[in-house]
Amino acid sequence: MNSTQTALQYELNQDSFWKGLSLFDWVWATIVMCGTGYAYSRYASLMDAYEKGILVSAGVGLVALGWRWKSMRGLSLAVFLLSMLGISRYVNGLNDADSDFFLRFLVSSQSAIMWMSALYVLATLTYFVSFIGRSEFAGKVASAMTWSATTMGLVGLMVRWRESYLIGLDVGHIPVSNLYEVFILFSIITALLYLFYERRYQTRALGSFVLLVISAAVAFLLWYTFDRQAADIQPLVPALQSYWMKIHVPANFIGYGAFAIAAMVGTAYLVRAGAEQRHSNGVALTLPSLEILDDLMYKSIALGFAFFTLATILGALWAAEAWGGYWSWDPKETWALIVWLNYAAWLHMRLTKGWRGKPMAAWAIIGLFVTLFAFLGVNMFLSGLHSYGEL
Amino acid sequence: MNNHPTTQALFTPPRKSALLLKFLGSMNLAITLLVALSIAAIIGTVLQQNQPYTDYVIKFGPFWFEIFQQLGLYDVYSSGWFLFILFFLVVSTSTCIYRNAPNMLREMREYRQNITLQTIENYSNSYSWQLNHSADEVLHVVKKLFPHHGYSARQKEGNGYTLVSGMRGAGSRLGYVLTHLAIVLICIGGLIDGNAILKAREMLGQIAPETRNLPANEVPAISHLGVNNMSFRGSVSIPEGSQSDVLFINYKDGYLVQELPFSVEVKDFRIEHYNSGQPKSFESDLVIHDERLEKPLVQTIAVNHPLIYDGYSIYQASFSDGGSELELLAWPLLGKSSKAKKIDTKVGADLQMTLFDQSWILETSNFRLFNINPSEDPDKKFKNVGPSMQFKMRNKTGEAKEFLNYMVPVERDGAYFYLSGVRSSPAEEFRYLYVPVDDAGGINRFMSFLHALNDDALLRQIAAKQNFTGSALPSKDSAQFNKAMVRLAGVFVKNGISGVTEQVEKNVPLEKREEVTKLYIRVLQQILGAVYVDVLSKEGVDVSLGVDEEKAAFFDSASAAIGALSRYGSPVYFQLASFKHHQASGLQIAKAPGKNLVYPGCAMLILGVFLMFYAPQQRLWAWLQPTDDGVKFVLAGHAIRNNMDFSTEYQQIREQFERILTS
Ligand code: HEM
Repeated sequence: MNSTQTALQYELNQDSFWKGLSLFDWVWATIVMCGTGYAYSRYASLMDAYEKGILVSAGVGLVALGWRWKSMRGLSLAVFLLSMLGISRYVNGLNDADSDFFLRFLVSSQSAIMWMSALYVLATLTYFVSFIGRSEFAGKVASAMTWSATTMGLVGLMVRWRESYLIGLDVGHIPVSNLYEVFILFSIITALLYLFYERRYQTRALGSFVLLVISAAVAFLLWYTFDRQAADIQPLVPALQSYWMKIHVPANFIGYGAFAIAAMVGTAYLVRAGAEQRHSNGVALTLPSLEILDDLMYKSIALGFAFFTLATILGALWAAEAWGGYWSWDPKETWALIVWLNYAAWLHMRLTKGWRGKPMAAWAIIGLFVTLFAFLGVNMFLSGLHSYGEL
Repeated sequence: MNNHPTTQALFTPPRKSALLLKFLGSMNLAITLLVALSIAAIIGTVLQQNQPYTDYVIKFGPFWFEIFQQLGLYDVYSSGWFLFILFFLVVSTSTCIYRNAPNMLREMREYRQNITLQTIENYSNSYSWQLNHSADEVLHVVKKLFPHHGYSARQKEGNGYTLVSGMRGAGSRLGYVLTHLAIVLICIGGLIDGNAILKAREMLGQIAPETRNLPANEVPAISHLGVNNMSFRGSVSIPEGSQSDVLFINYKDGYLVQELPFSVEVKDFRIEHYNSGQPKSFESDLVIHDERLEKPLVQTIAVNHPLIYDGYSIYQASFSDGGSELELLAWPLLGKSSKAKKIDTKVGADLQMTLFDQSWILETSNFRLFNINPSEDPDKKFKNVGPSMQFKMRNKTGEAKEFLNYMVPVERDGAYFYLSGVRSSPAEEFRYLYVPVDDAGGINRFMSFLHALNDDALLRQIAAKQNFTGSALPSKDSAQFNKAMVRLAGVFVKNGISGVTEQVEKNVPLEKREEVTKLYIRVLQQILGAVYVDVLSKEGVDVSLGVDEEKAAFFDSASAAIGALSRYGSPVYFQLASFKHHQASGLQIAKAPGKNLVYPGCAMLILGVFLMFYAPQQRLWAWLQPTDDGVKFVLAGHAIRNNMDFSTEYQQIREQFERILTS
């Protein structure tokens, strides 16, 4: 009896969340809280109640995130230090970007974004090498590259945020306001979601698939930068000057990122299912089992659907404030609805009809094309109220 | 009496109402509706909605125009069939809730304490121990570990056994109800705020859209909507200093007039710009006059900052000209008098005038203070090219050309020009006439040049002075040649270069055409040049040493512009001399009571979706049955969703029990 009691007590203690935290976790919490406190003491007078609330919740959120997903700590610190470096090197204005060594080659937003682009593309290639050559080492390198690319992307956005204020106080705004900026956001969010799954499922085999989408986004980004000078920071048109933008756009891109992952997991599913059918024993079998892929696909779509729902509703609330109606059947809105209905149908088929396997994988891939049209095609082919980046 | 099983009952067909319910609540119907809705939405985005009907006629031709109109494709989202799909979705989802919700809500609270040993042993997540502990000891562990993992637990003493039922994530069932109820609320709210009600009233013959362009107070009553109209969204353009108590709602190929219980005055409208020239804000100072108010309500609105008053939301939607006063100089383009005439007009006004014995109407449609255009300068993306006016010149047959004239000269390749765009229909792009600016920064030299070319006597005089060295013509022919030269200049001024080549094509045999054309052009250039020099010297410019590069460039541009005049389409050139700017603020005013359903629906939807995905319902059972030498302990788990995750978690919990109980 006693031994059972002790064992029980031991188990209960083992599992306790607070006891499970290491010293380093507490160091992390201290650093973040100090940073938040510093920002608060310095800038509280400039902030309204909402902004104070957001600052404090961001600090708490970051602590929690770092506790749940330890790699976020390194990422956050690296992003913080590099962004501070970038911001501090701007002394005489934007032209410093051409003269200062660090800005020019590392941390001006343009350079950071170029690093991000290069690293994502290299990571994609390395993931392929690791997948085809069954090399664990290459896989580790690829992960490291993806982490670095994500770091540089975030640094690029942070520094760009600052740069916009250097152009003019009335020009400054969060960098989620045009197609160039949201493509960066998309790459980063997709990469982070992927890295989360990579750790969760302990497999790097999916990297080559998911990073392919990111590389495509990067290719578009580069074309857009060089061909259309899209990297210039533009002031916000009146309709975009709204708090809603800051939450509507990121929520949307969590959705898009998750849908992209679902489609690439679907592709992996089809590849593996094909290999199994042919009784091949090629590299396709190093992919996670079909069951896991199917589950992962469902989870991604569920995540995407939840955030896309949130984003669409935020968009509707914003529209109510900016255009005088929460729903105007504007092409962008309408396509968001189509994307949403499509995934709602997917979820119902899976859940209530028990559909699994190849048709669902194929549907997830088609879903990405529908999403892509909502994201890009609408801007290219249809005219409407969304003033967001024309091609 | 009747409690013996009736096998027959199993075979009696279900009642009709049950069948109907089954059909309405079926997943197949739901998916079909979702897909149908998507397709309809795609049609609505591919075909631009609510354009003027004439545009559609041009695009599709009369036959397809008619068919598409019958199908309601020009306003898909308020067409009968679209509303029908939405209505069905509401019915289907409601039925679905009606059929499922009671079960789900029950299940939320149910711990499934009546489950049998056999059932839980058959679950894939099930494990059985034979332990020599006492039942109480194991029960104690179960009652500690279940809550520890987040399962709330209920205990039941059965016949020779104890069952602990644990449950977690009951929220997902609630999530289902919330999500689907939200869909119903949002659709109903949307239907209230959409124009389904207007459609119904139109079908009942209570209202009809007005298609003529009338002032609001002349629009017949059948196109008026009273203040009791529950929901609408319309717009009105109010000039600064004026007020309005009506709105206009675009409806089909016309509009309806919505009356307001108050009137809105626009005191002032402002646009602010960034340094780069792009617009930074649009603002209107509004005053609401309402007899229910003690004193008028004063408020400034801007994009993203509407005014909510009495259930009406007033938005800054657009802006336009509010009747700016313009002073124009009308330069004749025909005849030889080069005197400009001063004309006063106003944006929105039609001005009758007689020009060269013909009657014309000048319809001034717009004035813009700023024209922000893309800039070639790499440091600046935009540049402001200054004010412009837009107008139509309508001749006595009713045909009109539309013009867009800029007030200040615009630079092109180092030289400055007055720009005047012209087009024959709104569907076309403007084609521009580039009138070169003279040294004094004016248009006078160009006009003098043009009128000199219109002056036959002067031309003859100048032609006579030319000596055609190298042309080896006998002197008898040279008189004729001079005449030809004057005629050529006339043809050029009237019909441009194409007039000259036409002349050649008419009179000269094919094999000699090229040669003759070349000659004509050389001669033409000579006479134009001579006239130009004459104009310059009359201006007092010293031309004894020829003309400088700038004046030569002016000559080229002026000749090109004159050559293009034949296609210009107005007998005068209007130069915008001065203006008094009046703006109008475009307001959108909406009343949307449906949002009282839609917004709570949205909140429910978000909550519901997250609950459904992230609080999946999971159950654990611990079955304890004392045996001779201890206890039989069965631990089973079941989840309806996320089975893989749940299996992993079940394994961990099972291993934990294993460690504790077998230590
Ligand atoms: C636009 C309309 C609808 C939306 C957005 C929607 C959304 C959803 C979502 C997100 C889920 C959860 C899927 C998952 O957890 O994987 C779900 C489940 C479900 N839906 Fe819908 N739904 C809609 C209409 C309907 C209709 C019309 C029906 C009735 C036929 C229906 C019946 C169900 C059922 C039975 C479930 C399963 C609930 C469960 O077992 O937990 N839904 N719905």
